[in-house]
Amino acid sequence: MDWFFKFPHMNDDSLRNLKKVIDEGFRAFTRAYGDAIEGLFAPLQHFLIAAERFMTKTPWPIIMLIILAIAWGASRSWKVVAGCLVTLLAIGYFDMWDDTMRTVSMIFVCTVLSIAIGIPTGILMSRSDRMQRVVNPVLDVMQTMPSFVYLIPVVMLLGIGKVPGLIAVVIYAIPPMIRLTDLGIRLVDKDVLEAADAFGSSSWQKLKNVQLPLALPTIMAGINQTIMMALAMVVIASMIGVQGLGQPVLKAIANQYFTLGIFNGLAIVGIAIIFDRVSQAYGKRLQKHREVVHG
Amino acid sequence: MADHHFDGIRIRNLYKIFGPNAASHVEAVRNGLSKTELNAQFGHVLGLKDINIEMPSGCIQVIMGLSGSGKSTLIRHINRLIDPTAGEVLVNGVDVVKMNEMELREFRRHQTAMVFQKFALLPHRNVLDNTLYGLEVQGVERAKAVDTAMRWIERVGLKGFESKYPNQLSGGMQQRVGLARALSNDAPVLLMDEAYSALDPLIRMDMQTVLLDLQKEIKKTVVFITHDLDEALRLGDQIAILRDGEVIQQGTSQDIVLRPADAYIANFVKEVNRGRVIHVEAVMAPVAPDHPVNGATLLAGSSIEDAIKVLAHGDAKDLIVVNPAGMPLGVVDLKTLASAAVTNN
Repeated sequence: MDWFFKFPHMNDDSLRNLKKVIDEGFRAFTRAYGDAIEGLFAPLQHFLIAAERFMTKTPWPIIMLIILAIAWGASRSWKVVAGCLVTLLAIGYFDMWDDTMRTVSMIFVCTVLSIAIGIPTGILMSRSDRMQRVVNPVLDVMQTMPSFVYLIPVVMLLGIGKVPGLIAVVIYAIPPMIRLTDLGIRLVDKDVLEAADAFGSSSWQKLKNVQLPLALPTIMAGINQTIMMALAMVVIASMIGVQGLGQPVLKAIANQYFTLGIFNGLAIVGIAIIFDRVSQAYGKRLQKHREVVHG
Repeated sequence: MADHHFDGIRIRNLYKIFGPNAASHVEAVRNGLSKTELNAQFGHVLGLKDINIEMPSGCIQVIMGLSGSGKSTLIRHINRLIDPTAGEVLVNGVDVVKMNEMELREFRRHQTAMVFQKFALLPHRNVLDNTLYGLEVQGVERAKAVDTAMRWIERVGLKGFESKYPNQLSGGMQQRVGLARALSNDAPVLLMDEAYSALDPLIRMDMQTVLLDLQKEIKKTVVFITHDLDEALRLGDQIAILRDGEVIQQGTSQDIVLRPADAYIANFVKEVNRGRVIHVEAVMAPVAPDHPVNGATLLAGSSIEDAIKVLAHGDAKDLIVVNPAGMPLGVVDLKTLASAAVTNN
C-alpha cells in the first residue's frame, strides 16, 4: 500500500539523468550558438544604448521640457502637465533623476518593441481562429510563468546586461498588447465591415480604414497595460543587470534600507502614473468623435 | 453618369440553403422538399427558393417581405456578400456567381453601391471622408474624390455638415450620408437594404422623396428592400413580394393592389391607402359618345386621390382621363372614385 500514501514517481536516477541531459543539451546549444544569437540582438543593444545615452546625457531641463511637451501634445490638459512637472521635480530633488531616466529609456524601448511585435501578432490572431488557438496558450505561459524561471535561459544565452533584461520585460509585458489587439479587431462592428466589403475594399484597405481605426481604443488600452507591466518588471530585470530604479530597490532589499526602497518605489509609481494619465488622455482625445451629441 | 448601355439585373433559379451540406439538398428542394421538412430532417435552413426576377435597367425594383422572408439575403446575392447555393445572378449580362475574388472586388467597386439599414458609416471619419470612401477604395485621387463627394453631399442636403462626425448627426442625416456615399460611386446598380426602415415615418417620407427626385435624373437600377407595403407601393416601378424565401407575387403597384395573388397579400393590401395608390385608369368608365368635349381632364397615371382633389375643389361633375397626347381614355365621377378608394372589390 506504499503507492497509496506516497505518489509513485519516476525513479530518482532517471529523473536526475533527464534533468542533466536537458541542462547539458541547452548548455551545449548556448556554447555553440550563443555568440550568433547575441549578434542577432546587437541592433537592439545599440537602440537601447542610444536611448539611454539620450535620456541621461541630455541636460535635465531639456528632457523635462520634452516630457512636458509630449504630455501637453497628448492630453491637452494643464492638469496632467502640472502633475508631470511636480512628479519630475520631486524625483530630481530626491536625487533619482539619472536612475529614472535609465528606467524611462528602458520602458520606451520595451514599449516600442512590444508594439512592433504585438500589433502584427494580434492582427494575425484576429484573422484566424487556428492562430488564436495556438497563440493563446503561449500567452498564458508568458503571463503565468514566474519571471525568474525564464530569466535563467535568457541569461545563459545572452549573459547579464541590457538585452536579456529587455527580453525578459518584453516577454512579461507583451501579452496584453497581443490579446487586446486581437480582441479589438474581433469586436469591430460587422455591419461596418460588410459595408467596406460592399464597396470592394481589399483586405489591406479593410484593415487600414476600418479594423485598426475602430479597434484603436482597445489597442490603446493594450499599450497602456503593456507600459504598466513593463514598469512592474523593472525591479526584477535589475537582477540581471538592467540599470535604473530597480537597482537601488534591489540594494534596499539586500541591506534593509527602508527609505531607499520607498523613495525608488515611489519614483516608479510616479512615472507609472505619468505614463498612464498621458496615454489615457491621448486615447480619450482620439475618441472624441464617439461622443454622442445627437440622440 | 455611366454613358454605356446597362442591361439590368436578372436573377435566375436562385437557391440559398444555409447549413454545412447545403449543395446536397438543392435537388431535394427542387423536387418539392419544404422549408419545414428541410429543417426538421436535415437541420438546414432554406433561405431562398427558386427566385426568378428580371430587373430592367433604370427602374426601381422593390423587394418586399416581412422579417425572415429572405429579402436581405436576396439583395446580398446581387453583390455576392452572400454566395448562392445554386442559380445565376446576371448583372449587365455577367454572372456574378462565377466571378473570382479580383473580378468580384472590381465589380463591387464600379458596378454596385449599397445603402444599409443601420447606415454602417465609419464612426472615425467625418461626413466628407465617409462619402468619398468608395472613391478612395477605387483609387481615385483625393482632389477629384472630394469634388465628387461634395457634389453629392450638397445634392442630399447636407451642405455645411461635411466636417461633422456620424455621431453628431440624426438618423435621417446619417442615412443621407449613406446615400451620398453610395451615389458618389456612380455605379449603375444601387442596392438599398431596408435603407429607410430605421427612420421616423416623417423622415422616411422625406427620404423617399429624395430618392424619387434623384432617380428622375440618375436613372440607376435601384433594388430597394422594405417590409413596408406603403413604401413599396410609393417607390416601386416593380414590386416582388417574398415570403419564406419564395416570390409569391411580382408586378406593378397596380397589380399588387388590384389583383393580390393570394390571401396573404390581400391581407396586407387591406391596410393600404388605396386612393393614393390606384390609378384612375383602373376605375374609369368608357367615354359616352355624347359626353361634353370641353369637360375637365386629368392625365392617365394620376391617383384616385388626385382625381378626388380636382373634383372636390372645382365645379366639374366628372373628369375625362386623357393620355399624354391628349386623347380621351375614359371618364370618372366622384361616386366611382370614392367607392374605389374605400372598398376592396
